[in-house]
Amino acid sequence: MRAPLSWIKEFVDIPASVTAEQISDGLIRVGFEVEEIIKQGADLTGPLKFAKVLSIEEITEFKKPIRYVGLDCGEGETRYVICGATNFAVGDLVVAALPGAVLPGDFKIGARETYGKTSNGMICSARELGISDDHAGIMVFAEGEVTIGADAIEALQINDVIFDVAVNPDRGYALSIRGIAREVAGSLDLKFTDPVDALRTLKFEETGKGVPAKIADKSTASVFYLRTLSNFDPKATTPIWMRRRIEKMGMRSISLVVDVTNYVMLELGQPLHAFDKSKIKGGLTIKRAGSVQKFKTLDGVERTLDPDDLMVCDDEQPLALAGTMGGLSSEITETTTDIALEAVRFDPTCVAKNSRRHKLSSEASRRLERSVDPSLAEFASARFVQLLTAHSSAQHVATVVDGAPIFAPTVTIDPAYISKILGFEVPAAKVAEVLRVIGCDVDEKSFTIDPPSWRSDLLTPADFTEEVARMIGYDKIPSVLPPRPLHATLTPTQKRRRAVATMLASRGLAEVQTFPFTNQATIDSMGFVGERASTYKVANPMSEEFPLMRVHLVPGLIEVAQRNISRGAKDFAIFEMGSIFRSSQKLVPAVSPDLSKRPDQKIIDEIFASVPTQGYHVAGLLVGKTENENWQGKARAYNWQDAIAFAQDILQLCNLEWSVARSDLAPWHPGRCAELIVNGKAVAHAGELHPRIVAAYGLPERSVAFAVALNALPESSLVRPTTVGTMPAAVQDVALIVDSTVSAADLQAALREGAGELLESITLFDRYDKIGDGKISLAFTLVFRASDRTLTGEEVSAMREAATAQAAAKFGAVVRTA
Amino acid sequence: MRVEEISTWVEDARKAFASATDLDSLKAARLAHAGDKSPIALASRALGSLSPEDKASFGKVIGEAKAAIAQSLADATAVLEAERDRKVLLEEVVDITLPVNRSHRGGLHPISIIKNEVSDFFIEQGFAVEEGPELESGWLNFDALNIPADHPARTMQDTFFIEPVESGMVLRTHTSPVQIRTMLTQQPPIYVVCPGRTFRADELDATHSPVFHQVEGLVIDKGITMAHLKGTLDNFARHMFGPDVTTRLRPSFFPFTEPSAEVDIFFNNRWIEWGGCGMVNPKVLATCGIDTDVYSGFAFGMGLERTLMVRHGITDMHDIVEGDLRFTRQFGVGL
Repeated sequence: MRAPLSWIKEFVDIPASVTAEQISDGLIRVGFEVEEIIKQGADLTGPLKFAKVLSIEEITEFKKPIRYVGLDCGEGETRYVICGATNFAVGDLVVAALPGAVLPGDFKIGARETYGKTSNGMICSARELGISDDHAGIMVFAEGEVTIGADAIEALQINDVIFDVAVNPDRGYALSIRGIAREVAGSLDLKFTDPVDALRTLKFEETGKGVPAKIADKSTASVFYLRTLSNFDPKATTPIWMRRRIEKMGMRSISLVVDVTNYVMLELGQPLHAFDKSKIKGGLTIKRAGSVQKFKTLDGVERTLDPDDLMVCDDEQPLALAGTMGGLSSEITETTTDIALEAVRFDPTCVAKNSRRHKLSSEASRRLERSVDPSLAEFASARFVQLLTAHSSAQHVATVVDGAPIFAPTVTIDPAYISKILGFEVPAAKVAEVLRVIGCDVDEKSFTIDPPSWRSDLLTPADFTEEVARMIGYDKIPSVLPPRPLHATLTPTQKRRRAVATMLASRGLAEVQTFPFTNQATIDSMGFVGERASTYKVANPMSEEFPLMRVHLVPGLIEVAQRNISRGAKDFAIFEMGSIFRSSQKLVPAVSPDLSKRPDQKIIDEIFASVPTQGYHVAGLLVGKTENENWQGKARAYNWQDAIAFAQDILQLCNLEWSVARSDLAPWHPGRCAELIVNGKAVAHAGELHPRIVAAYGLPERSVAFAVALNALPESSLVRPTTVGTMPAAVQDVALIVDSTVSAADLQAALREGAGELLESITLFDRYDKIGDGKISLAFTLVFRASDRTLTGEEVSAMREAATAQAAAKFGAVVRTA
Repeated sequence: MRVEEISTWVEDARKAFASATDLDSLKAARLAHAGDKSPIALASRALGSLSPEDKASFGKVIGEAKAAIAQSLADATAVLEAERDRKVLLEEVVDITLPVNRSHRGGLHPISIIKNEVSDFFIEQGFAVEEGPELESGWLNFDALNIPADHPARTMQDTFFIEPVESGMVLRTHTSPVQIRTMLTQQPPIYVVCPGRTFRADELDATHSPVFHQVEGLVIDKGITMAHLKGTLDNFARHMFGPDVTTRLRPSFFPFTEPSAEVDIFFNNRWIEWGGCGMVNPKVLATCGIDTDVYSGFAFGMGLERTLMVRHGITDMHDIVEGDLRFTRQFGVGL
């Protein structure tokens, strides 16, 4: 919302000593962020004069049209200037910058030779004067509108300060000069004159029959003022001062009738709509679109109506999309002489829905959906009649009203509540004083407050607390630490996530965070199937390219790896920790219990249960070499063992026990993927990526990855350590020949099982696969120890043989002798 | 055999040892002056043939001479061994400035680092860290926070909705539903912070990202005031931006707080909008079943990306979201 200082001053007595910055600070203090202070005219110096175009000589030998223009600047003799614009004719009045003038952008005007002529000044566009972004060529005025030779800076009220103010959605009243001016006055403790006060007593003579007005359903609009005017001369033009104010607000001047509706809206905040009365069949009724299908708005767009759309209709058809945009068929034209002026206090939700359904946000809808002062339907429409009749031949015929304004109820509060919430003492008298500044009537005995008509948002003690706080100043709030609990700690899950991330980071992996969106092609290319491939779809994705929620972390890591490779990285390791969104349950229609009281526990449980479980994973991708190659020599490439080792290290860090099984799971190589199992549940997978994926995404050959479902890991149990034995250990090596299909993990488990309680550790120290005949040799070191004695040679041999016997029984392992 | 002769041997041996230039020449001198065939050894062996008187007197002298020669040898050996060691170690000198660490440089994402930092700060203040799902119920994300059905934030422009739309499921637009979950499942006093990932349908540009992170704080207790909010924010701001930072509260609007405020920080000589805050709207407390006659509370929320960008002078959001290792690695693990 823009607000020119010159306009604010009309309603607030601002001493000349108050600077624009002080006003801006004042607005910020009471909750109106000033996004920009535009000092219009600050970088403009005259002479800038109105001039009449006396002659135009078209110069044609250049690529673009050039005119050599004779101007009467009220100087007695004709001044000649070169001009590149063509939107004016002999007899028009224009603005001329004379030599010595400086236009915005430090553009100095002087007499100069150009296009073979001497140009003694410049004809200006609004843009060149820095007063509008209008590209429509130079400014043109009609005879009588301005005075030849007069100072245009003065006449066009160029020197002004315009505040660009951000208005919060609960303060619709401030989308008007009236509202902003009141805030400036309240903040700076200056005298405010409400422009509405002068309109309260305004009465117009009834000279005929007005267009009938009706609200079909009072829940859609509370009050409807319809004022009929006649005898309007369509040739009437907008006075310069009004046009300039509209332009300063960032709007364009269109025609006198439309300009007056906009002017009143900007001044008071009530949107108005003027119909060409001759196009109205019968009366106007506010009602739902119902079965009507099509409607053409005045921007020329034919819209398909929703039966629920709120419309302003005549006896035959809709004429306006209520509070949002008028219709093409009844708009004011160059021939309009009779006018029906609508001012309605629409229900904000109805207008909001109109606006959203048609993706049509207008100056009117923006105000109406934020709630407009219900008393303004009367006063703003009166202001329209006052202005239009003053500046044209139009005459008031009749005013028809349906409904009546509904005002916010009175509220009784305990003024002590305000001090209690703000944390410092605000005397009741001060509360009353401040609330009166913002327009409330306050009965100090009962502390019953009657909020002003424009503040339908003031309903609860908390609402009044904010008003008191902002008018006193948030800077008065002291800074005090709350009484706090003595102790808090991260949960075991939070600690574990942090430890895992820090471990991976300190082991050379860089953490990345990717957007959790994906698409079907990616899911398919990874080879995910079944429930690992099904996910939730975003109804309105950022991009149709990524409409699905991710089912796995590895695809995102691959994308980041590709990006890094494209930027020159070769050997690196990355990881990500985050949620995945496999479709674990069907989404059911939402339950929406009432607010302001706690819903039944059953309903709360239902809401919690309606939210699908979202897995929390960590995954890593290792590409290229394990180390940076340097003067120390070559480095080896990452291999499947590295990926599995990282996954195991994560489980190790969490102090969990796991077993390893071969797995054939996407996106891994079907023969090079390990599954780590904790408490019978697969919690992690790791190994070499599927060669097809590696090739499809252009990753270095044999890139490897791991993924651990952190949310599936059980909590670590309390450690109950065994006593550390001091008796000597007995070390035994065994080499076993088995079929190459036997996994090392299974064979080791069999040895452990056979070896018995006294086996302290078992380590695979050699693997030999050159035996041939589909056989391999696996050699293990077994360490035995008893806590109470030195083991004898016979005991140790017996245990070793028991171990190998178990391996033989389970896997046909033969002890290798040579 | 004369006593004088024996002292000459001692002196000869000392000179020979002292003049040895390395351990090899010392070995030759040792053989000549202390070896089996050296005069002192021969004399020692000849002792047996002497008379008991002579044996006693010469024995003493020879014993002393042997000790003196051994001492000289030990001295010379020590000197020459030290010399040898010095030479050998000198030869073994390496260039310890050579690059030795070949391992990849890892690191945490800066958002994780700042999230950890914020969590740690509040843990120290006695706040627990609460988290919640990213795909969230619309009732928890909007309604319960007093954001009515026709609020602009609920339109298709700002919120990612999940199909079917009737399910009301959304990608949470803020971490505030975690506050609602906390209030629905815990009894006051409640002191929590909720860091997490959030979503809004903004195009990715230098300062916006459709996926970003917030941290929110929530305090519900007896007698909680806006002064407590200010105190907590002042403390938090000083922790994040240094002891000289000042904060400013500015009136604002959020459906879930009343009064509401924006919190600005004065950092690097200008006011910067940092986040939103306010006293929890009694309507929200009532929806969560908290007795508003007994309890009041405050809440605040900041963007972690924004905090990171302001504090570290990062000018392009792309650096934070793209995962370029050259960016992330600069942050280490946040120590």
